[in-house]
Amino acid sequence: MHLVYPAVLAALLFCTGLYGVLARRNAILVLMSVELMLNAVNLNLVAFDVWLRDTLHAGQALTLFTIAIAAAEIGIGLAIVLLVYRNRGTADVDRLRDLREDAPGADTPAGDRERTAEAAA
Amino acid sequence: MTGTVALAAQSQGFLSTSGVEIAFLLVGLVTFGAALVTVTTKQLVHAALWLVVALGGLAVEYLLLTAEFIAWVQVLIYVGSVVVLLLFGLMLTKAPIGRSPDADSGNRWPALGVAVAAAAALVWIVVDAFRTTWIDLDGAPQGTTKVSGEILFRHWVLPFEALSVLLLAALVGAVVLSRRKADAETAGSKAGGKR
Repeated sequence: MHLVYPAVLAALLFCTGLYGVLARRNAILVLMSVELMLNAVNLNLVAFDVWLRDTLHAGQALTLFTIAIAAAEIGIGLAIVLLVYRNRGTADVDRLRDLREDAPGADTPAGDRERTAEAAA
Repeated sequence: MTGTVALAAQSQGFLSTSGVEIAFLLVGLVTFGAALVTVTTKQLVHAALWLVVALGGLAVEYLLLTAEFIAWVQVLIYVGSVVVLLLFGLMLTKAPIGRSPDADSGNRWPALGVAVAAAAALVWIVVDAFRTTWIDLDGAPQGTTKVSGEILFRHWVLPFEALSVLLLAALVGAVVLSRRKADAETAGSKAGGKR
């Protein structure tokens, strides 16, 4: 089999995940996109392991480790998302802007912030 | 360069695709399409279900690459547990069942530009680098359970054990993070009267 097929598929899947991470708003959808990227890397590892006929099978061992680490990551990530949702009432990543420099109003939407600023003035 | 390409084309043939290649291509198209739907659909639960299709397609690709054990681990862990966890997460954050118009954030078009640019660059480099490379799938399978078990418990024992410690830490961390604070308070008051 031509090595280009798995390599190109992995590249395309990785870029799909990249788009998802950048474009999605819900934190759980972002986690799904991260899973897609990890899977693209796994496909590359397996394809190159089979191509090189490595006697240690480092690619497949690393794939197993990546799968386990991805499982741990998704567990921790979901716990964090649930905690954020419980504290803030939302799981949207672009509404968590406590650390933004020019926004003391933190999590309030832009309209509310302007209104409070007007009321204060 | 052209000489090597011509030589490789003589020995393997660029267009004489084998059955494995055709199967890989078709399953790959399904996988990629499912991944695209996963990152673009407006229905959150459907995104998780399309993710099942994408991950299952990847498991079939592993089978076609003769990595059996990885394929079944993929089915067990990704399709079996990660997607279920994601669905639980969607349920617990009260995700809307129908279409949610604000599933994509405002930087959707820059994200699309970045992703397309990255895809073009990566695909170009990968095709240019590996166009004369073939995987030899004949002979003994590379990833049977016997082979995987032998290499895992002969050469990779120490990382394997370290990984089990990491999984335990992640488990404890997830439990600690997702405990409700009220429970923690009552537990603390029961234990020592103060926190």
